[in-house]
Amino acid sequence: MTGIDSCETMDRSDLEQVQVERLQATLRRACQNVAFYRDGYEAAGIEVGDVKTLGDLARLPFTTKDDLRRSYPYGMFAVPLKDIVRIHSTSGTTGKPVVVGYTAGDIASWTSLVSRVLRGAGVTEHDLAQIAFNYSLSSAGLGLLYGAEKLGASVVPASGESVAKQVTIMRDYKTTVLVGTPSYALRIASYLRENGIHPDELDLRVGLFGAESWSEATRAEIEAGLHLVAYDNYGLTELMGPGVAFECRGRSGLHVNEDHFIVEVVDPATLDPVRPGEEGELVITTITKQGFPLIRYRTGDLSALVPGDCPCGRKTARIRRVSGRIDDLVIVDGVNVSPAQVEEIVLSVDGLAPHYRIVVDREKGADTIEVQAEVSEDFPFLDEGAKVNALRGRLQAALDEGLGIATRAQLVERNSLDRGEGAKVRRVVDRRPK
Amino acid sequence: MLRARNLEAGYGNLRVLKGLSLHVSPGEVVAIIGANGAGKTTLLSSLAGLVKPSSGEVTFRGADITGSRPEAILAAGSSLVPEGRKLFAPMTVRENLELGGYTVRRRAGRRESDSDLERVFALFPRLAERQGQLAGTLSGGEQQMLAIGRSLMARPELIMLDEPSMGLAPLVIKSIFAALASLRSEGKTILVVEQNAKAILKLADRGYVMETGVLVLEGTGAELLANRDVQRAYLGKEYSSIADDREEP
Repeated sequence: MTGIDSCETMDRSDLEQVQVERLQATLRRACQNVAFYRDGYEAAGIEVGDVKTLGDLARLPFTTKDDLRRSYPYGMFAVPLKDIVRIHSTSGTTGKPVVVGYTAGDIASWTSLVSRVLRGAGVTEHDLAQIAFNYSLSSAGLGLLYGAEKLGASVVPASGESVAKQVTIMRDYKTTVLVGTPSYALRIASYLRENGIHPDELDLRVGLFGAESWSEATRAEIEAGLHLVAYDNYGLTELMGPGVAFECRGRSGLHVNEDHFIVEVVDPATLDPVRPGEEGELVITTITKQGFPLIRYRTGDLSALVPGDCPCGRKTARIRRVSGRIDDLVIVDGVNVSPAQVEEIVLSVDGLAPHYRIVVDREKGADTIEVQAEVSEDFPFLDEGAKVNALRGRLQAALDEGLGIATRAQLVERNSLDRGEGAKVRRVVDRRPK
Repeated sequence: MLRARNLEAGYGNLRVLKGLSLHVSPGEVVAIIGANGAGKTTLLSSLAGLVKPSSGEVTFRGADITGSRPEAILAAGSSLVPEGRKLFAPMTVRENLELGGYTVRRRAGRRESDSDLERVFALFPRLAERQGQLAGTLSGGEQQMLAIGRSLMARPELIMLDEPSMGLAPLVIKSIFAALASLRSEGKTILVVEQNAKAILKLADRGYVMETGVLVLEGTGAELLANRDVQRAYLGKEYSSIADDREEP
């Protein structure tokens, strides 16, 4: 089959050899050049030469987002700033941003990894890709642009344009590949509906969505609204940006680019590895990055290793689509509630759109959870109080049954909740005093 | 084809290799670059069985050869062209080559060995011209050709070369590297340790950068050539000249 790098079909033993070599070299460079690793390992009595197998990786301490924030802005760079040709950063919505430097070599390998992402979805030089990610500071838009150009696709960098302008470009330029966040894709879909544009008037055939977690139900909704095949891909700016893992056409888990990243899944409470198939937090180590190597980075993303081989021919490990963030886990009266659970419930109720928000607060010493869901366009009875109340009642019943804890269901207007144009959607608002 | 894991070796209490892992795939040219004293020669010596590793593992074509004797490793198909050639000076060029083909002649007969000799002469016509001359009277470049030719006579699957350009004039170096390129196009697998980082990285499929007994970087030849650390440390480029390079169109 075409479109697969030889690195993606290596035998496991060859791949492990490459991983061990690159891991050992990365550890040497990180300890030579980054005080955080050198001092941290010294304090913990760790000699990097003792990492002889992939299993030994588990003996190294984790790196957390707080560690990266404390090193703001350049403390984790492993090369002098003069060797850095690009700087991206995280949004910094929940604290100091994380600043990530790329060498020219990092940009080159990033480009080839993102082109694997696009090839996984069947994108070719005949495609026209419209990139609706926000380019400012973030890694998503530029990463996908480079990858698409490397494939020879035609790229329209359309970040920051209004939905109307996006649709005009899409129609006039005959865009075949839409790249952006899933929530933005939904916005485009609802714009088409509101303006009486049938999706078949467009030439879209593939959508590549990422930068936030999205459910299978959202995927179905996007595909129905835009008449394309929607693919998930995974990456974090801290690790590189897009290009860490991606779906092939089988869409049964995301293939990890294991010749550049080592992935572990750990129990977020005990930090012990979980068995393949079990959910846990993704922990990722970069093994080729020069500017900003990360060792055992706790991503905060919930996923699982997918057991078994993929029929596509790639032999790389697969991770399940990210189902949420460990920080998004709402713990009320000792019960974990994840946004993914709430999303499934909201989507199971006819008359609701796949946009929701979980507001946690404390009233008279007791935690409360309010689930706000947008009313769908398919629900034409907004001014009929009884029908609105009945809809709210159906959501309440579904929540009561699905979550097993007390919640309050609330309906909100269409398009009133954050869609996260470019940025990530905040699904959970925690108003409890700390 | 060749795989080393966590290789450690040294002399007495002196640890020279401090846990190296590397591999060479069939048909690849792999270069190891590094400063003097990084341990490059000890690395090749331990891969060839001349130095016994104190720990770690070496496999060749799937078989464990850690600590095997040099003749066993040669018989398995891995041949070392040592630094300083180590030729038999009082013997002729042809006799040196025939010695290298000794095992092939014993196993497959004189005709086979003679056709190997013709192939070496085709690769290095200079050796054909000088086949009756004593090895000790050859120029440095000719001696290097003879050392490579002698190793080819054993029909190795993997040829390991230690500093093939050492002490040679630029023009001669060029012809040695051209010979390596043509061996590569014949499908030979080559592992080469080299001071001349620029020339070897242009030729190599992949390379490793070695620093005092450890490998700190791995990549394709092109990736390493473009790496700033490699440029500063091994390509003789200072900060200012890197800046000059960038200003060139």
